Amino acid sequence: MAKVILSLEGSVIREVELDKERITIGRRPQNDIQIENLAVSSEHARIITILNDSFLEDLGSTNGTLVNGTPIKKHILQNNDVIEVGKYQLKYLADSEAESQTTAEDFERTMVLRMPTAVQRPAPVRTDTLTKMVAARAPQPAATVNGPHAYIQIMSGPGAGRELALTKNLTTLGKPSVQVAAITKRPQGYFITHVEGANYPVLNGLNWMHRRTHSITTI
Amino acid sequence: MNRVTSKFDMASATDVGRVRAHNEDSLSAEPELGLATLADGMGGYNAGEVASGIAVAMVPAEIRKLLSSEKLKNLSDEAAQRVVAAQAVKVNAAIYAASQNQTKYSGMGTTLVIAYWHGDRVTIGHLGDSRCYRLRGTQLRPLTRDHSWIQEQIDAGLMTPQQARASKKRNLVTRACGIDPNVTPEVHTHAVQPDDIYLLCSDGLYDMVSDENIMNIISSLKANLPLAAKQLVQQANDNGGRDNISVILVRVLKPAGMAAGLLARFKSWFK
Repeated sequence: MAKVILSLEGSVIREVELDKERITIGRRPQNDIQIENLAVSSEHARIITILNDSFLEDLGSTNGTLVNGTPIKKHILQNNDVIEVGKYQLKYLADSEAESQTTAEDFERTMVLRMPTAVQRPAPVRTDTLTKMVAARAPQPAATVNGPHAYIQIMSGPGAGRELALTKNLTTLGKPSVQVAAITKRPQGYFITHVEGANYPVLNGLNWMHRRTHSITTI
Repeated sequence: MNRVTSKFDMASATDVGRVRAHNEDSLSAEPELGLATLADGMGGYNAGEVASGIAVAMVPAEIRKLLSSEKLKNLSDEAAQRVVAAQAVKVNAAIYAASQNQTKYSGMGTTLVIAYWHGDRVTIGHLGDSRCYRLRGTQLRPLTRDHSWIQEQIDAGLMTPQQARASKKRNLVTRACGIDPNVTPEVHTHAVQPDDIYLLCSDGLYDMVSDENIMNIISSLKANLPLAAKQLVQQANDNGGRDNISVILVRVLKPAGMAAGLLARFKSWFK
């Protein structure tokens, strides 16, 4: 749990755990942290804690609230922030355990991979001869994000022989309003999908195999 | 339904993401009304879903009522802004009342972004950190400025946008619907051009996918908006999907009143 350490001129007075949603600071006794000093307003400031985050708010005090030497009205407390109220200091210590837990969770999140799902829709048998494209699946799906880029090579038509690196997350092929397909790069590999046009792209394999498509090596 | 063909092409997608247990986002895309509403709810248990659900149910219903009573004809910018702001205020009151009446809903709230197209204009009202972007040509521009702590830090020059992206405090909003009895939505009106594409989204999208990438996806797949919407959500999930992800894409096919404007401009060339 996060806490603040109240001190005056370097000597610690007490530690207060931020165990409530609102902790008030002020001169009056009903405050959670009472500081009996005339430089402190009766209701000086408050700390609102939501889960792992604490939020300091000045309540319109006469002499103001400082964080690390800067006057603030509202402030998100960071670990080791020093709050100054009159001559008193409150050092904010974030909950280190909670912090490390969230990072661990973050790592976990990026590790979860869904099973590959084909985006490819079953294509009709007929094909347009505009472009013959081949989407190559990367050899090591887990490494594709930072791993080797795949290339596609145009096999026929005016641009035959040209190579196109699939560096972007999304690469489109074809002519707008005639036929467009898109190749998307995902953690599991590369996927091709139909975007527009009456004809669907044709891909080697299964029943939409086309004899002029060739697989392309990944580099 | 014997309505005239719609002037809008709209597509939407929403997904729970890959970490959260609930989808607290809600959205509504109403091509026949020229209205898109998106809300990202917050509050414990399922209160977030309730709050965002109230928002996207109320706004289209109210606008439909106003349209059928012909109160939305030939709106001036100011009048349109009043209408949109009034919707946000009504939603705020409804959510606030519900949260006061039932303890299980106490503290619930939602962000809200409403886009209403009228004539050759669009009026956008928002509260919180859900956004509206516009893709015009090759430029993707946010039309809303987040009501968030992080945006305040950027505006005050205390943080660079790069630092903001790395910050852990991106989830704090400074304005929201249903938290306080009163609320001031931010409302602006913009001119619409043919082929503009508008994107309404929750923070689950733009926290996970860079603006550049969003631009690339929309402009590459703009011929197929449902696919573009799906692709945006998929990209956010591939990048971690840490929050709920919601998107609405809107293309204005032919802004009313624009034909006359173009014709007039065309004629003026020959003078």
